[in-house]
Amino acid sequence: MDTSVDRIADPWGGRTPYRRHQPWPARVDTFLEPGTGPESVQRWVQTASILHSDGDAMDIAVRDGRMVGVRGRVSDRVNRGRLGPKDLFAWQANSARDRLTRPLVRRAGRLEETDWDTAMDRIVERSRELLADRGPGSIGFYTSGQLFLEEYYTLAVLARAGIGTGHLDGNTRLCTATAAEALKESFGCDGQPGTYDDIDHADVIALFGHNLPETQPVQWMRVLDRLAGGDPPRLVCVDPRPTAAARRATVHLAPRLGTNVALLNALLHEIIRAGHIDHDYIAAHTVGFEELAREVSSCTPEWAAGICDVPAARIREAAEVLGTADRLLSTVLQGVYQSHQATAAAVQINNLHLLRGMLGRPGAGVLQMNGQPTAQNTRECGANGDLPGFRNWQNDRHVAELAAVWNVEPETIPHHAPPTHAMQMFRFAEQGSIRMLWISGTNPAVSLPELSRIRSVLSQDRLFVVVQDLFLTETARLADVVLPAATWGEKTGTFTNADRTVHLSDKAVEPPGQARPDLDIFLDYAARMDFRDRDGGPLIGWHDPESAFEAWKRCSAGRPCDYTGISYAALRGGSGIQWPCGEDTPEGTPRLYTGGITWARPDDCESYGRDLVTGAATDAVEYRAANPEGKGMLRAAGYLPPHEEPDDRYPFQLTTGRTVYHFHTRTKTGRAPQLDAAAPDVWVEASAADASAADLAEGDVVEVRTPRGALRGRLRITGIRPGLLFVPFHYGYWDTPGGHRPADGTPGRAANETTVTDWDPVSKQPLFKTAAAALTLVERGNGTPSPAPTTTASAPWRAGAAPPTTGGRSALVRQGPAMPWTGPAGGGA
Amino acid sequence: MNGTTLVLRALHHGERRLARQLTAVAEHHRAEHEVHHVATDLARWSREHANRLAEAGRVRGHPAEAPEEHPPSPLTALREGAAHALGDRPDPGLLLLWDLRKLHLSASGNSLYWEMLAQAAQAAHDGELLQLASRCHPQTLRQMKWTNTMVKVLSPQVLTTP
Repeated sequence: MDTSVDRIADPWGGRTPYRRHQPWPARVDTFLEPGTGPESVQRWVQTASILHSDGDAMDIAVRDGRMVGVRGRVSDRVNRGRLGPKDLFAWQANSARDRLTRPLVRRAGRLEETDWDTAMDRIVERSRELLADRGPGSIGFYTSGQLFLEEYYTLAVLARAGIGTGHLDGNTRLCTATAAEALKESFGCDGQPGTYDDIDHADVIALFGHNLPETQPVQWMRVLDRLAGGDPPRLVCVDPRPTAAARRATVHLAPRLGTNVALLNALLHEIIRAGHIDHDYIAAHTVGFEELAREVSSCTPEWAAGICDVPAARIREAAEVLGTADRLLSTVLQGVYQSHQATAAAVQINNLHLLRGMLGRPGAGVLQMNGQPTAQNTRECGANGDLPGFRNWQNDRHVAELAAVWNVEPETIPHHAPPTHAMQMFRFAEQGSIRMLWISGTNPAVSLPELSRIRSVLSQDRLFVVVQDLFLTETARLADVVLPAATWGEKTGTFTNADRTVHLSDKAVEPPGQARPDLDIFLDYAARMDFRDRDGGPLIGWHDPESAFEAWKRCSAGRPCDYTGISYAALRGGSGIQWPCGEDTPEGTPRLYTGGITWARPDDCESYGRDLVTGAATDAVEYRAANPEGKGMLRAAGYLPPHEEPDDRYPFQLTTGRTVYHFHTRTKTGRAPQLDAAAPDVWVEASAADASAADLAEGDVVEVRTPRGALRGRLRITGIRPGLLFVPFHYGYWDTPGGHRPADGTPGRAANETTVTDWDPVSKQPLFKTAAAALTLVERGNGTPSPAPTTTASAPWRAGAAPPTTGGRSALVRQGPAMPWTGPAGGGA
Repeated sequence: MNGTTLVLRALHHGERRLARQLTAVAEHHRAEHEVHHVATDLARWSREHANRLAEAGRVRGHPAEAPEEHPPSPLTALREGAAHALGDRPDPGLLLLWDLRKLHLSASGNSLYWEMLAQAAQAAHDGELLQLASRCHPQTLRQMKWTNTMVKVLSPQVLTTP
């Protein structure tokens, strides 16, 4: 096996089949820029992927101070040398010509280049003014899922103890807030129960609203290798689109949008009715069984079939597969997290595993997934609307502990109310009580719902907007100060993937111009603001990535996300390490809850929970009464109809999502030629039945309209569920004449022009998969096909309806055993 | 008409009033998206409660009263209350807090009626009525917990940051 594969045409590459319970064979993927042979690479520098949550370990090839390619790290347990298409190609964006290289400040309405002192002084001056005139509640921070652990932790300390504001959240709110909340609801605390290695051992893998082939392509390669080997797993797939996983599934359910709770309650109903539950496990490790059994007792498959528009027989079939699994692995993502009743639905999947005792053993686990590469760290470090180290804001002892770590008074840390979530921060900014918003590494002017509203919030004169990013994004164009940041490959730090694997990412090359690492920017701000601890010493005593990591270790000590046994030295050279990793677990911990639930005791838990319908907070007394011994919590939730239903004017349901070739708002992937060419522009998916009823053909330019706004794209007819439209959310305006919005007189391109401002009351995650829309013809395609990729869920329904998506010579990736390398050691390769 | 019937009637009135208030708050605070959506969902609970109470009254031979004759719209009442308390500062954040407080008081009033009803049902060995109270009262308590949580979350910002 040593071949070249066009990894645009074949996103998952060749097979290395393996049998159940055997180790996953290695396959090393290498891509070097044309004209570069392996012999001319001077250094291989260790890192991991920053373009999804899989945590694929990789090395950056460096020659003459430039990145010239990447290869997978064969020794790493996460990917065993494999890389996905974004890992292989998107690094090229680092050297894009339009990188920001100098700070910008707004003068007389225009952004102009300046120096760091001027830009930082302007931020410090505004911060001081606001603190004096309006107090800490007037300042908010909105960060990312792509910075490093050290950066989030520093930001959390400076915001919570330096400024003293409760307004700090990440764009992880859009991707992983429901995962965190569902884990807190069921297990008392955040922390991924399962591990990717469970894929090697499961006999049933259930994907709930999780397009694994496109969001974590390397773990899908692992599933494909199992499917190609002996004793393959059966797949259950819940997704309204014909994803690559749906096509391989034993049972595929494609429910109406917004009906996940009804479907899941019916699955639980059937599993309880058929007796496929583990009574001993339930008695030993859970509370709440009677209430759950009562709630689902009337949720028959026939009842759910009427709501979900899925045949009752198919629901029974799925329940049978889930109920008879010997080792069940479930994974969950945005089809649940960004949909109506998000947390209530995600919790039912935890219930499935608690009822069946399917936790803590090889192959038996839940993966409540993350979307973004470093979202896990946003959560751990308290940059996501929680306190650092999974501490409970309602528990005074936890707050006191944190105050001791930071050497500040407990009342310095705002904890009289839950930390403010992103959507509420934008509302406070809209109302005028937040007057400064510092946005780091994210692009709300494309990624948040209802963009005309977000643009108007960010454009207000009274709101001082700081944007820290790599490029002049749509959001940066609305800023008062723009700070040029260094990125992956240009700075050192750690980050943690969705299965708790911590990787080190070393600096390979210098950042362009005056761009600086996010950590340096935050440290500079803290120094200029002169934040002090209670003894008058500097609040933030660290000065570089490794000293920041050591500071974080002290904060994580004794908490579920214990990093105290991890060091840069331990991470350099080897494989990633799964936390918790402390004195008792020096090698890390593959699975949580191997001997029962461990972090749900009232004194330990991260959260006392919330009402699954209203989001109302439970208090300590109620929690203690309901769960005194800290067991797993079976939480019931009744189905509620979605808030926006189709009608005569807006007859379709509309959902948004992603493609394998792009990440977030294409800031990097749109600047990588192979990825850009694979999916160059927005498209609209509709079913063959709906297209035929409306007399629409492949490639026709159509308009999708909702009460909030409209966008235009070319139609792709697919095997999607009838009545449903799909639009990818990646496309904005930075590469159009409008810059940050549709140019005057031109139609919208961003999916979020149409989405509704509504969020799950429990996790506060915005709902991108619940809107009613109209579809109309704008112009005939006359043979011009839709730009949608043909290789993935957007494949045309009729084979040959569009030319196949290929990458050609420029996308050839070497696939084989570890590349022989005998050059000088360096960079920790 | 006995005391139980009086409570049934008062609670029926209270649940209908709360449903209207929740709908009005949802409508008035459309820009407060979470309040808008959750209040709309919770109005559904109160409407269901009112329907069940009307049915319980009917089978006991005491049909619920007809709707009030053109009562002042609860929106107006709420707004007047808030405007009175706030003087001439129509701050939307303050209005929201005042409205949430009113909702909480209405739900608490209903909760106490449910308590009375459940106690009466037990004393009178009225299993159906007890079942009704056991089914609905927890939802009233959840309505109260929601308004309390929203007040707790919003007060610091609304009251201390101009």
